Amino acid sequence: MGSTNSTISNIPNAEVLIQETGFSPAHIVRLYDRYTTLDKDKKGHLCPQDFGAIKELATNPINDRIIGAFFSSGQEVLDFPSFVRILAHFRPDDKIRSKDPNSPEHINSRNNKLKFIFQLYDQDKDGKISRQELLQVLRAMLEKQVTEEQLESIAERAIQEADLDRDDAISFDEFRKSLEKVNIEHKMSIRFLR
Amino acid sequence: MESYLFPFDSLLCMFLGISFTVWFTLLLIFIIVPAVFGVSFGIRRLYMKSLLKIFEWATLRMERGAREKNQQLYKPYSNGIIAKEPASLEQEIQEVRRSGSGLPPPEPEFDMSDIFYFCRRGVESIVDDEVTKRFTAEELESWNLLTRSNYNFHHISTRLTVLWGAGVLIRYGILLPLRVTLAFTGVGLLVVLTSIIGLLPNGWIKSFLSEKAHLMCYRICVRALTAIITYHDSENKPKNGGICVANHTSPIDVIILASDGCYAMVGQVHGGLMGVIQRAMVKASPHIWFERSEVKDRHLVAKRLSDHVADKTKLPILIFPEGTCINNTSVMMFKKGSFEIGCTVYPVAIKYDPRFGDAFWNSSKFGMVNYLLHMMSSWAIVCSVWYLPPMRREEDEDAVHFANRVKAAIARKGGLADLLWDGGLKREKVKKVFKEEQQKLYSKVLVGGSEDS
Repeated sequence: MGSTNSTISNIPNAEVLIQETGFSPAHIVRLYDRYTTLDKDKKGHLCPQDFGAIKELATNPINDRIIGAFFSSGQEVLDFPSFVRILAHFRPDDKIRSKDPNSPEHINSRNNKLKFIFQLYDQDKDGKISRQELLQVLRAMLEKQVTEEQLESIAERAIQEADLDRDDAISFDEFRKSLEKVNIEHKMSIRFLR
Repeated sequence: MESYLFPFDSLLCMFLGISFTVWFTLLLIFIIVPAVFGVSFGIRRLYMKSLLKIFEWATLRMERGAREKNQQLYKPYSNGIIAKEPASLEQEIQEVRRSGSGLPPPEPEFDMSDIFYFCRRGVESIVDDEVTKRFTAEELESWNLLTRSNYNFHHISTRLTVLWGAGVLIRYGILLPLRVTLAFTGVGLLVVLTSIIGLLPNGWIKSFLSEKAHLMCYRICVRALTAIITYHDSENKPKNGGICVANHTSPIDVIILASDGCYAMVGQVHGGLMGVIQRAMVKASPHIWFERSEVKDRHLVAKRLSDHVADKTKLPILIFPEGTCINNTSVMMFKKGSFEIGCTVYPVAIKYDPRFGDAFWNSSKFGMVNYLLHMMSSWAIVCSVWYLPPMRREEDEDAVHFANRVKAAIARKGGLADLLWDGGLKREKVKKVFKEEQQKLYSKVLVGGSEDS
């Protein structure tokens, strides 16, 4: 009964977040409600188990990687600003860009979106996607549906296509190059209503 | 000292005595007597119409006030924060690849961009997922003067604040005590009457009296909640020897259905006040109460239900197959147990109007007493009940399929979303099967494509 109701004044550092992420005040309020709904035990922060409790997420083959992307640098707690900052990656691109070349890159720029995806592949954060890491992702996405040989041949093909400097791993630049023509804007954006 | 207090004292007593008598008489005439005979003065509908007008005025006032102050009015969308695209896995992955290569037929190979689909879907479900939002209360477009469901109550205007204050006074000062009195009367009468009727020998007179007594007490309880119920298609009302299934939003569903017809209830034996009521009810007419240990034994449960149904003199059984309270925007998976019994099923759809008071019971957030308090201090509970035509399980149909058929019919009639998800997901983990589905779909894009060519 009675939905949670927050106002923008309840949320700490809302102004800063709005500036940084480009979300509107209404979005921030809404995301804050969602954050508190996910925090079932009212700890004041989120932990990986709270994400694990989302049923739809559990059917996603790469759910642990996505959760890992929220809890980067080995932390076990996620506060609201970090939550919003990561979600800001998925904001559609604003057509209005500041002309100032010294201003920091927007969180939802193409480059930052690609970096986010890169870390889903690169679990040990060494800046390269090794063959092993690629195999792990494929295994997660396909599991019992294909044989181990098929997995290896798929990984082999993918590395050959993308690995330009022949070091048997895909660096961030090679990754970006291979996705040059892909319209990631559309596929990596979530339409936040109003 | 005492001498000059004395006249005031007696005056006070007299005053209290008179007002109490007047109040109780009014109560009797306008509420209890009609409930006994099953007629209605139409007071509640009038009340409902006037409330609606006030709410509309309040919402308009709020919007105007917000515009004047240039504040952003936060409108809750009942669809969620984000717009999800309904495209399937195959479509989406092909689209991404096509945009990259520019070739018409996409190669059935792995592409680094394939992960985008899963990543986006994953983050979408973090922001807004179908299941979690069914277990929180539905959000409203207009404000119904209950602070529990407003986002913009910022002292926008003094007039609104005054109205809200008056609303609180009326609800807690007048309506709540009135309803509590009625509730006690209703429950008390139920226990007393059923115990008396229970002393009679089984026969035609007993069933007749028991029916009248049950109906009367439930009608008093309905007035105790100021529930304004519209029954549709009463020609499809459940008959003896059948099972009535309905969607579940709150414990009040039982009272709503039982005030229009007689049912045999099914449930666990409770202690305390509930237990007293249960024991009294079962004396007058055969209800099915299970001990806690018996609930686990599915065969025992099925057998008792079948036996009851086979006896044509016994009342239809009332069952809520979802197994838990859902927030009345959707219908979740029905448990197949009641559909295996093989008798006529009478589906019933219940839809609450959320503008007057939210009937959903979030059992993880509020206890029963808290919930009843909320219910009795709302403006009213307005709902519609549709009796759907009876359905039978077909020759080659299995229980799960039948259950889904019934569920779809109920969802369609009540205007609720028909969901595949299990209501038990409120507390349990998703089965591995669902994850494998996703993997199967993706592998078809990769490997299946090459088999076709």
